Amino acid sequence: MKALSLPLPAEPMPGQIRFGALRRSARLLFGTPLNAVLTLLFGVLLVATVPPMLRWLVIDAVLFDPSPRACRVATGACWSFIYAKSGQLLFGIYPLDERWRPAIVCMLILALLAWSVRPASWAPRLAALWVAALVLIFWLMAGGFGLTEVPTSSWGGLPVTLILTVVAIGVAFPVGILLALARRSTMPAIRIGAVVLIESVRGLPLLSILFVASIMMPLFLPEALLPDKFVRALVALTIFAAAYLAEVIRGGLQAIPNGQYEAAAALGLPFWRTQYLVILPQAIRVAIPALANTIIVMIKNTSLVLVVGLFDLISSGKAVLADPDWPSPAAETFLFIGAIFFALSFSFARFADFLERRGPTAH
Amino acid sequence: MLSSTAKRVPPMPDPNDPPAIEMTGMNKWYGNFHVLKDINLTVLRGEKLVICGPSGSGKSTMIRCINRLEEHQQGQIVVDGVELTNDLNKIDVIRRDIGMVFQHFNLFPHLTILENLTLAPIWVRRMRREQAEQTAMYYLERVKIPDQAHKYPGQLSGGQQQRVAIARALCMSPKIMLFDEPTSALDPEMVKEVLDAMVALAEDGMTMLCVTHEMGFARQVADRIVFMDKSEIIEMNTPAEFFSHPRHQRSKLFLAQILN
Repeated sequence: MKALSLPLPAEPMPGQIRFGALRRSARLLFGTPLNAVLTLLFGVLLVATVPPMLRWLVIDAVLFDPSPRACRVATGACWSFIYAKSGQLLFGIYPLDERWRPAIVCMLILALLAWSVRPASWAPRLAALWVAALVLIFWLMAGGFGLTEVPTSSWGGLPVTLILTVVAIGVAFPVGILLALARRSTMPAIRIGAVVLIESVRGLPLLSILFVASIMMPLFLPEALLPDKFVRALVALTIFAAAYLAEVIRGGLQAIPNGQYEAAAALGLPFWRTQYLVILPQAIRVAIPALANTIIVMIKNTSLVLVVGLFDLISSGKAVLADPDWPSPAAETFLFIGAIFFALSFSFARFADFLERRGPTAH
Repeated sequence: MLSSTAKRVPPMPDPNDPPAIEMTGMNKWYGNFHVLKDINLTVLRGEKLVICGPSGSGKSTMIRCINRLEEHQQGQIVVDGVELTNDLNKIDVIRRDIGMVFQHFNLFPHLTILENLTLAPIWVRRMRREQAEQTAMYYLERVKIPDQAHKYPGQLSGGQQQRVAIARALCMSPKIMLFDEPTSALDPEMVKEVLDAMVALAEDGMTMLCVTHEMGFARQVADRIVFMDKSEIIEMNTPAEFFSHPRHQRSKLFLAQILN
């Protein structure tokens, strides 16, 4: 009865509805003194930074004028430099006439990566496809068999970054799985071997491992037995990545309840089949966020090979900047290289996110 | 007290057949704890045993020794004429012929129900996929959940998951089935559907060892009841005898507790 005597809420006016959102955001932005101060502070910050950034990036930038002179005069970014130097930036000191080869290699790797993320292409023959592609890639890059030979010391830029990333991570992943299993083995020799390897690699900075591979190995290996510098760096990166991936995968393995092993054993599944069919698919899924993290770090770690004299993207960026004709636009060059690394890392992060959402939620 | 229910039709276990399982003088320790003391037990083909007793009495450990999920340290276990030793190949062969159902189902959560059922037939028995799927659907129908074949275990109720677990074990056409407290983790309203599946299996003449506290089930299907306490087999008898005239003081106490 009482409820009836309450005044009915006033009908909202059309205008009130229209400005509801505005009013809500005003309340959020200026609702309390603290919010008001923060809003003002960020407002000032945006006004102070965004216009100059836009001026530098676009308005005052040299976008198309191919002459170095335009860049010297302009107060904005010199994007025409990136155009003019794109060949050298992307392919380093690879012989000019043969640049079609690394260009094909880059496209091939990117196309294969795009192909490999489709669940429909996950089959044993995908691994075979990659192995075949890698043989083709090394032939295209190094030459021989009808192509002009190009030593690895002349390789550079994007293909080096892509090859190092794909091969190091691609090999490190299965090796990491084996190391993780070995570390959980009940056989002492295997377990201790894995612990020693993982802990010594994790205990050293990647830089020092690269130095050992490129500078110290020649000191105690005869010339004939010494692998190529590129291969040595590749092996160093792979071992480093494998040790980290092993620990991440071991974390995933520890999340699998004992009942899963028992159920597989009770069905008569032997060790390797139990791992492959029952344990690893679950363990890796649990570990996806941490795995993605490690792999993204490794994508960027490949740039450290510049310290042992390999020309990855960053080294070729530095080399390009040395041209005296141009005003040495370092910020633009590194923004461009940064964008490439970002594209690689971000794509991988999206892929990991997709994997995580796929399939049933565990337990 | 109910009189014994209608008798089953299947062939009665024949004492002249070689036994399905034979444990003689079996002992097991966890460190210093003597978890199984001098176990002597012979299970005939087609026999149904219910193993009961207070928790911690070694019931689960004993049946887990039969498919070597636990290792015994002394004595002998012979399953289907093969002695259990450290020979890994022999163990895998024996495990193929022993189905096991666990308290917590232990289905593979990353696989669909159908994939759970076909995994071992395909990878252990080398069965063709179509045939394995056919077998799987047959057993899913037997446990009355063929419509769940393409779901994941996490989408099923506990009772349904446990019936899937039974079907998964049956897909390997085992000679012996072990049940380790199959209804203890279930909500009460789901116990019956699982027990029904087990009764149906018993009626088919499967050799079964069930660790369970479901005394109604024990009365209905068991040929013998094995009562364990403090790591030992205390008493072994037909359900009628065991329930009406428990011989041992500890059996009496246990029955008094469990039958309120």
